[in-house]
Amino acid sequence: MERTGAQILLECLRQEGVDSIFGFPGGAVIDIYHHLPDYPSLRHFLVRHEQGAIHAADGYARATGQVGVCLVTSGPGATNTVTGIATAYMDSIPVVIITGQVPTPLIGNDAFQEVDIVGISRPCVKHNYLVKDVKDLAWIVKQAFYLARTGRPGPVLVDLPKDVLQAKTLFEYPESISMRSYNPNLAPNRRQVRKATELLRRSQRPLVYSGGGVISSDAAEELTWLCRNLRIPVTSTLMGLGAFPGDDPLWLGMLGMHGTYAANMAVGHTDLLLAVGARFDDRVTGKISSFAPAAQVVHIDVDPTSIRKNVNVDVPIVADCRLALRGIREELEICPDLPDWNTVHQPWLDQLAEWQRNHPVRYTYADEPIKPQFVVEKIYELTKGEAIITTEVGQNQMWAAQFSRFHRPRTFLTSGGLGTMGYGFPAAIGAQVAFPDRLVIDIAGDGSIQMNIQEMATAVSYNIPVKIVILNNGYLGMVRQWQELFYARNYCATCMHLNPDFVKLAEAYGAAGFRVTKAADVERVLKEAFAVPGPAIVDVVVEPEENVYPMVPAGAALTDMLLV
Amino acid sequence: MRHVLSVLVENEPGVLSRVVGLFSGRGFNIETLNVGPTLEDGISLMTITTAGDEQIIEQIIKQLRKLVTVVKVVDLTHLQSVEREMVLIKVNAEDERRAEVLRIADIFRCKVVDVSGNDLTLEITGDQGKIRAIVNLLQRFGIKEFARTGTVAMRRSMQME
Ligand SMILES: Cc1ncc(C[n+]2csc(CCOP(=O)(O)OP(=O)(O)O)c2C)c(N)n1
Ligand SMILES: [Mg+2]
Repeated sequence: MERTGAQILLECLRQEGVDSIFGFPGGAVIDIYHHLPDYPSLRHFLVRHEQGAIHAADGYARATGQVGVCLVTSGPGATNTVTGIATAYMDSIPVVIITGQVPTPLIGNDAFQEVDIVGISRPCVKHNYLVKDVKDLAWIVKQAFYLARTGRPGPVLVDLPKDVLQAKTLFEYPESISMRSYNPNLAPNRRQVRKATELLRRSQRPLVYSGGGVISSDAAEELTWLCRNLRIPVTSTLMGLGAFPGDDPLWLGMLGMHGTYAANMAVGHTDLLLAVGARFDDRVTGKISSFAPAAQVVHIDVDPTSIRKNVNVDVPIVADCRLALRGIREELEICPDLPDWNTVHQPWLDQLAEWQRNHPVRYTYADEPIKPQFVVEKIYELTKGEAIITTEVGQNQMWAAQFSRFHRPRTFLTSGGLGTMGYGFPAAIGAQVAFPDRLVIDIAGDGSIQMNIQEMATAVSYNIPVKIVILNNGYLGMVRQWQELFYARNYCATCMHLNPDFVKLAEAYGAAGFRVTKAADVERVLKEAFAVPGPAIVDVVVEPEENVYPMVPAGAALTDMLLV
Repeated sequence: MRHVLSVLVENEPGVLSRVVGLFSGRGFNIETLNVGPTLEDGISLMTITTAGDEQIIEQIIKQLRKLVTVVKVVDLTHLQSVEREMVLIKVNAEDERRAEVLRIADIFRCKVVDVSGNDLTLEITGDQGKIRAIVNLLQRFGIKEFARTGTVAMRRSMQME
């Protein structure tokens, strides 16, 4: 039986196992929406802005590991997703973006709602397609999902002209894929693995620096095994939080610009840095020439371009992190004379423990105004690491990372690479759609939350019970912090005069709203808000000029931290 | 250092902008770029000359390989290879200077492909060195127009140590 392009698309999505689509309609995609009700297994969530759709698809993908799907119309619908596509690209998140396009005969004519979204998105997608013939549609969708989730994952965009959606052909979903130009290398090279193992055997002061790749390759278990058995201390990037249990004594906390004292000092003194699924981003390394100055470096990454992009590497291993770590484990298991790790690493672990003791992340408690860090600690206390936490961007994001602990992968969703304000709330919606029974909390700033607050209508209309906790400091706090420290306190354009009344705003949308001004009330109000069956906002009025510490000033060495 | 890269790509719309966009977006530079179809269906060959230190060239090659439409990348720089470029030069050649221009053309084994009262158009094929040399020599006559293809290159079958 012949089917239209729109039907074929939906059939492909069904066969890919998609259960949720975040989208917003328009003229170019009406055909898809027309047939959507025929596919009851595809639940569609109508957002209020296309940026909400792409971030929700991204949040869904981060929380589940499955490909997130976003569907928008041509022109402005497509351009509204660009920030979210770039967000997913920077953090290697698998999403498929389906955009409508003007009919093929009109392409290039500046037709109504025509943009070259394939051109616009090219630098921030893993790959993209313009489908010109309905006969190509099925294999393109198949490839798009395959590309999005394999190798180093990333966003893939499929642009669908309206006439292609209406054209008919016989549908057949290809069983398999072979691409002569795409073959990610997953298995580690045995010799490299042996070299890495040898370095581990000889190291006195090893350190694991893990990143988002550990989470995307489901390598957390292998990583934990390795570190616990060899007694190797662990630090991670913002993107890597949750891959190693945050309550393990080997856990040092995050490294980098707002990393812990112990983690940054560990980098300064380690003799063997095992980088796993991380990419030596400038927010992590600080001044690159003083990064891990005493260390040999083993770097495991599935993407060859990550290796030697920023730092020299002694043992590169281009492979899937899980397979590479398992390779090291197997190598260790056949090793005849392993050192007694406890004895060899104990002086190093003692040193790290001392650094941790002397300089934990800390703040000074106050009842009023409330300290933002206290709020994050309370959230952690109440949820015990069982919640899915998303964040906005700025100080709220850093405090969420510093003062919570994460025990499992995919419980901390944050825009790391792009630092997109407005990410956290729609991402929380996506995560909550995937896990309706879990507590999903967006730790937000008063500035960021206003960037996608319209999605409250989405949350209310589908009863997606996301909780937003606003650390309301009345400032674009992170920028204000830089102005305070490096720009002579010239608070130009960072004071959020006339923030809306967030409680009334929540209520206007039909959600629950709460406000707290005293530390003594925080726990009670959080509990109350978390118990609400629908979405809720908790507006926490916090100290306006609190800063995030430790801080490594941009371009300084990691060990040159400003402390509290 | 200058590098010559042979890049086999899927011949589909947009592939050129993917490659060029990669260079401009990441701040790599392209000195010359030549593209044409190969004998294999659906595959084109790009020859790109670029410059940078070893670390940058390594990144360029890896980034090119990462593009989904790129099938194969070979760095010809450290291989024995044949490298050629063709140039068309329209040079002033008024009466008394015509013989001199023709003599230079002859020495360099150029072809004269167009003639008028005032100028000659020469076709020159060679490597970068040869082209630089003849441009230097012809400059004093006055070069009116200049068009070059960019380098094309091929690995030699026999690779000596
Ligand atoms: C879309 C976007 N625009 C601008 C910035 C720059 N920026 C980084 S943090 C920040 C302040 C965020 O303010 P708020 O959400 O109130 O968080 P706070 O730092 O106060 O916790 C800004 C403006 C950004 N990251 N993203
Ligand atoms: Mg703020």
